[in-house]
Amino acid sequence: MNLKDISTSVPKKDHKGKVSGQLAYISDLKVENMVFGVLYRSPIAYGKIKSIQVPDLPLGYEVVGAEDIPGPNYVKIIKEDQPIFANEWVNYIGEPILMLVGKDLDILYGLLEKVKIEWEEYQAIFTLEEAIKQKAAPGVTMANYEFGESLEIISAIEQGAHQIIEEEYDTGYQEHVYLEPQGMLAIYKDDEIVVQGSMQCLYYIKNALITALDCGDDDVRVVQSPTGGGFGGKEEFPSMMACHVAVAAKAVKKSVMLVFDRSEDMVVTTKRHPAKLKYRTALDKEGNILSMCVEVYLDGGANVGLSSVVLQRALLNSAGVYKIPHFHAKGYVLKTHTVPNGAFRGFGAPQSFAGIESHIGHLSKRANIDPLEYKRKYLVKQGDPTITKGNFRDPILMEEMIEDLLNTTDYKKKKVEFQTFNHHNQRYKKGIGTSLFLHGCGFTGSGERDHIKATVKLFKSKDDLVSLKISNSDMGQGIYTTLSKIVAKELDLPYEKVSYPYPDTKEVPDSGPTVASRTTMIVGKLLERAAKKLKAQWQNGVEQEVTENYVHREMIPWNELTFTGDAYPAYSWGVNFVEVEVDTLTGNVKLENVYANYEVGKVIDDRVMKGQIDGGLAQGLAYGYLEKMTSKEGRIQQKSITDYGPPTSMDVVSIQSKVFDNPYADGPYGAKGAGELTLIGGAPAVQAAIEDALQTPFQQIPITPEVIIESLWLREGEEG
Amino acid sequence: MITFTLNGRKVETDAPPSARLLDVIRDEYLLIGTKEGCGEGECGACSIFVNNLLQNSCLIPIGSIEGAEIVTIEGIMESDQFKILDESYSEAGGVQCGYCIPGMVMASAALLAQNPHPSEAEIREGISGNLCRCTGYNMIVDAINLAAKKGDGLWQKK
Ligand code: FES
Ligand code: FES
Repeated sequence: MNLKDISTSVPKKDHKGKVSGQLAYISDLKVENMVFGVLYRSPIAYGKIKSIQVPDLPLGYEVVGAEDIPGPNYVKIIKEDQPIFANEWVNYIGEPILMLVGKDLDILYGLLEKVKIEWEEYQAIFTLEEAIKQKAAPGVTMANYEFGESLEIISAIEQGAHQIIEEEYDTGYQEHVYLEPQGMLAIYKDDEIVVQGSMQCLYYIKNALITALDCGDDDVRVVQSPTGGGFGGKEEFPSMMACHVAVAAKAVKKSVMLVFDRSEDMVVTTKRHPAKLKYRTALDKEGNILSMCVEVYLDGGANVGLSSVVLQRALLNSAGVYKIPHFHAKGYVLKTHTVPNGAFRGFGAPQSFAGIESHIGHLSKRANIDPLEYKRKYLVKQGDPTITKGNFRDPILMEEMIEDLLNTTDYKKKKVEFQTFNHHNQRYKKGIGTSLFLHGCGFTGSGERDHIKATVKLFKSKDDLVSLKISNSDMGQGIYTTLSKIVAKELDLPYEKVSYPYPDTKEVPDSGPTVASRTTMIVGKLLERAAKKLKAQWQNGVEQEVTENYVHREMIPWNELTFTGDAYPAYSWGVNFVEVEVDTLTGNVKLENVYANYEVGKVIDDRVMKGQIDGGLAQGLAYGYLEKMTSKEGRIQQKSITDYGPPTSMDVVSIQSKVFDNPYADGPYGAKGAGELTLIGGAPAVQAAIEDALQTPFQQIPITPEVIIESLWLREGEEG
Repeated sequence: MITFTLNGRKVETDAPPSARLLDVIRDEYLLIGTKEGCGEGECGACSIFVNNLLQNSCLIPIGSIEGAEIVTIEGIMESDQFKILDESYSEAGGVQCGYCIPGMVMASAALLAQNPHPSEAEIREGISGNLCRCTGYNMIVDAINLAAKKGDGLWQKK
């Protein structure tokens, strides 16, 4: 492939099948002897099952439950706390208890209504507030970490401080709303079970199946179907569905399909953790920061799942992009009897950035300095230590990226213009807000070395066609295109001669899960190296295969216990400027202009990158003011897309974005991670813009029209 | 027995009148281009044409379409208009996970047939019933804009 610059866009590999709709997603498949499964789910939040009564089932209909699981009854993720079929205790409304299988879905739903269960019900914890009160009670704290400056030193600083500012900040649920609901199929064969479906992490699923089915490596096989969006929602959740269908297929000796409809998907699948963040900051007379303590509380839901890892990332980002003197942080994952929360693009970082950007913005008011100017005073620079005593060793382009947007937006002039506009307008108010952020690329600490140990292969056929053998999922983010392109360019082969089939664990090694902004940087680098190797030993007309394994470059070793060292090998960076108009009568917020600069090392494909920017930012902005999900006594209240309110084409505006080059030595062609970064700056920038328009601080996202109206009333009350 | 035209072919189905057109299209005629994203008329993934009008097939009971002309994405796949849309979506990079795309393409075709030179605001309105969670819409808006330009003169024809 003869591209002068790797960033030059090429046609997407999977375009044809997708534009015509002829590419088969999991719900488009029909296999011989296939039955459907439906799940009976707990109607109560917390209790003990006393008895289960299943109605008489017609011929061809069967029930599958905990007794059918050959192995232990849990979904293997990190801890053993998530039953496949709850048969003793239930911990949230919607927890699966048993499955009915048969040919006709209508009959199955009818039968579900006749299942009877007797309970002993217990007092549940429904809210994060309540869990915080009870955090010392047994089982409530599911994970916690603490690190940073000693509290004695901080208390001495606080004693000498001019003032101490305390703030509490709340963030809500966010639901993925991947457009394709979750779906999983187990194909029954005499000697193996093939599990196929919509997923991000093939080997997570395979390992969960080996445990649940208590079987050998060759007895299960996992195949990814085209995946209609993931955003983290298809990271750990599909492991549970895979266990359901595989256990059922084994029990009834038929292929079993489980596909959620939208309301089931909205109510029972994992979501972004609601969080409470507390800040306590000591300031001197001029408003300079002397010390800061941060507490992060995540609502884990009913079991820990990946929440401890999410909390780590939330804490690692708790100081944002700033060098804060005498910084201390601690955090907790708390149990509530609600649907378990899990991975979502950004993985704990969006909560932390929303919180710290809000807090720093509010501090700037105390110092009487423009928020952006105040933020710049504390911006980290190359060579600075991280909050965990790691190091920002690579060049940081944030100053250039900010300067560029100051010019593009004509920030200073605009501020004056908006002030004049607001002065003359009673009803509509305009504002501009900014956010500064980063994203640590790849797994936290030594995860790649100790847990993932990625391996990739390249296979060359006799016809000199090359295929990628990796376990990573394209879920729309475009790695079919970008990873194929890296290999084609490295091998100097036409792009068409490189293929990347949908991964199947029988064919591909474990190159790790498709998460954590690691795919392009880590897997891409391994592929680049594999391609170099293949090129060196290339023989025309001969079948060849090369393998590459992950090699860890040791920096300041990460220690999870003390929370010290380099948490990430590299960071990607971003700056967002957002302009809004707020209708003070209705509380509606209209986006007017959105500007975004990013630095991701080197872009592998301009068009794919732009797709990540526009899509990620749309999700991030909406997280700040549009998307609202709540739970009441353990029940998710928004069961449809409209109730929840993700952005439509009318809510989004065209985004002016730019990506800065800053090649990273350990990424392919210098590339770092990009997929999560683009979401993170949206919410804090939109909050800052709304605050600028209304000259009112907020302590939460989403800032919905109701929140705005209420705060305006409150202010009127105070002023009146 | 209900009779209707599906992609230009007369067909009969004995599905119960309350069956959703979406399911009949997918399960009986095995046309997989029409997707289900919500089943409640909120996402547009199941968009089709009923007598030339864009509709959500998940909301239509089969009993209500006796004699109607139904066109799915498979029914327009060979047209010149589709080729232009295909090219434009590719050039603009409007396709990510792809799940919303057949519905978006149907909505794009419907919009351009009615309004061959839409403004950006008209494009946004034209696809406002179609949800996309991946792209943030802008590259889809670009694709439709491009298709309007490339297919100049093509859209008015019937
Ligand atoms: S499936 Fe018909 S509108 Fe969503
Ligand atoms: S491309 Fe994924 S929903 Fe539109």
